[in-house]
Amino acid sequence: MRTISRALPLTPAVVLLLLFLAGPIAYCAYIAFTDLQLTGQAEESFIGFENFRTAFGDEAFLNAVWLTLVFTVVSALIGQNTLGLALAALMQRASKPIRTLTGGIVIAAWVLPEVVAGFLLYAFFRREGTLNAILDWLHLPSQNWLFTLPILAVSFANVWRGTAFSMLVYSAALNEIPKEITEAAEVDGAGGWRRMWHITLPMIRRSISTNLMLITLQTLSVFGLIWVMTRGGPGGKSQTLPLFMYEEAFQKSMIGYGTAVALLLLVVGSLFSVVYLRLLRTEV
Amino acid sequence: MRSRSTTRRLAADTGLLAVAAAFVLPLAWVVLSALDPRADLRVKVPGGVTWDNFDAVLTEEITFTPLLNSLLLCGGGTLLTVACAALAAYPLSRFRSRLNRPFLLTILFATCLPITAVMVPVYALFVQVNLIDTMQGTIFFFAASQLPFAIWLMKNFMDGVPKELEEAAWTDGASSFQSLLRIVLPLMGPGVAVVTVFSFVMMWGNFFVPFMLLLTPDQMPAAVSINEFFGNRGTVVYGQLAAFSVIYSTPVILLYVVVARRLGGGFALGGAVKG
Repeated sequence: MRTISRALPLTPAVVLLLLFLAGPIAYCAYIAFTDLQLTGQAEESFIGFENFRTAFGDEAFLNAVWLTLVFTVVSALIGQNTLGLALAALMQRASKPIRTLTGGIVIAAWVLPEVVAGFLLYAFFRREGTLNAILDWLHLPSQNWLFTLPILAVSFANVWRGTAFSMLVYSAALNEIPKEITEAAEVDGAGGWRRMWHITLPMIRRSISTNLMLITLQTLSVFGLIWVMTRGGPGGKSQTLPLFMYEEAFQKSMIGYGTAVALLLLVVGSLFSVVYLRLLRTEV
Repeated sequence: MRSRSTTRRLAADTGLLAVAAAFVLPLAWVVLSALDPRADLRVKVPGGVTWDNFDAVLTEEITFTPLLNSLLLCGGGTLLTVACAALAAYPLSRFRSRLNRPFLLTILFATCLPITAVMVPVYALFVQVNLIDTMQGTIFFFAASQLPFAIWLMKNFMDGVPKELEEAAWTDGASSFQSLLRIVLPLMGPGVAVVTVFSFVMMWGNFFVPFMLLLTPDQMPAAVSINEFFGNRGTVVYGQLAAFSVIYSTPVILLYVVVARRLGGGFALGGAVKG
């Protein structure tokens, strides 16, 4: 009886989570195996693994998988992660006003609404945009980035928008390294890079794995940024899985098929989450 | 020895300034273009400063209705999230139970799920139960998607409030609910502020959820309407687009600054990402 009354305050949260989060996930797992369409069909029917078979034979799907991989590796694992770590490491030594200024600018890019960030980088990468103006000024060849290399443009956009997160995670981690350790290494004559490689990186390795996991999950679900910049185009050249899923489900009305793709995305996300939980194991 | 550390500081300063210069360009574009009577897609110093762009977008159709919708959606969603999270965090933080650990693990697991992926089934489900194109449906979904992280943050903050303070209240006959409301929550004011601001900022900037769940133009929040007004029209007036972006972004930037000032930078990560 006491247990029940004590668990009572959990009810509103649990009801909301079951109805609006667990419910859709279960429903997702169901319609992924049906041929549900947006219009003109009385009853959906169960078609087993047909959607998944279609997907793995569908070139547009395989293209989206490949682009999602490129987007995640280039923008999250390489871009945000390395730049975030570099910024955090530089901030340890820089003078205070410059540290504050840079931190402020990088965080502002992160706090901006997704759609606004999309517009700003659209303007930056357009043929008439700032990037080409700078390239012209340097007498370097300019081009229409959103047309020739759209996946690279949206990847850089994601670096611009997401680096602050890694920077904050690494700043917190570096601040926790005791001063004596770095000073001792300095006295022993270890140079900057060697100290970084042999002392700093091993000491923050838990933060590194946590950060990699979280930014991968965030990057997997980016939709608005790419939608505003390129709509996944031209010709699917920047169509990552979330945009592919949206197009199949709504523009081609194949809800069943789109949901099958969503389910794959969820499964990949769940695998990453489980790894993340194992990393945090000691914390909970 | 001293000159070496000065050189190192200068090198670090130069590196940071280079990154800052690259990052500031898009931000400079939006601010300068908003004030520029002849804005285009390049960063340039305006020929003259004008408020015409702001005047042009400050109409009911373009600015006030979408911002009011955003406020209703995100305000409602945030209230629901914070209330449910505070209630849920209390037993998790205060009472020992075999179920706490599995519950918290499930919550953390849900925090990581890519919400984008559930939107297609959520849409299909909302059509079936007639919640599609309703404010309340969108608010409920916003709250549910933000709840896992909010519960996790709230529980960590609540753990920091010593239990002894409540025990005095219990002996005076106060119920758990009273002690939560009168003692625990006031003592963790900054924590509640962080959860509130974080939830609000996340909802304010979210595009995909209202884009999928709302259909009527009158109900659209700024995140979606900005796209409809400027993205789908043939000729884009870049100065007005920039002005609207500034108006729409200001609230979340201000909220972030206020909370970060009071609690130190990186506040949102404090309870969440312990690596």
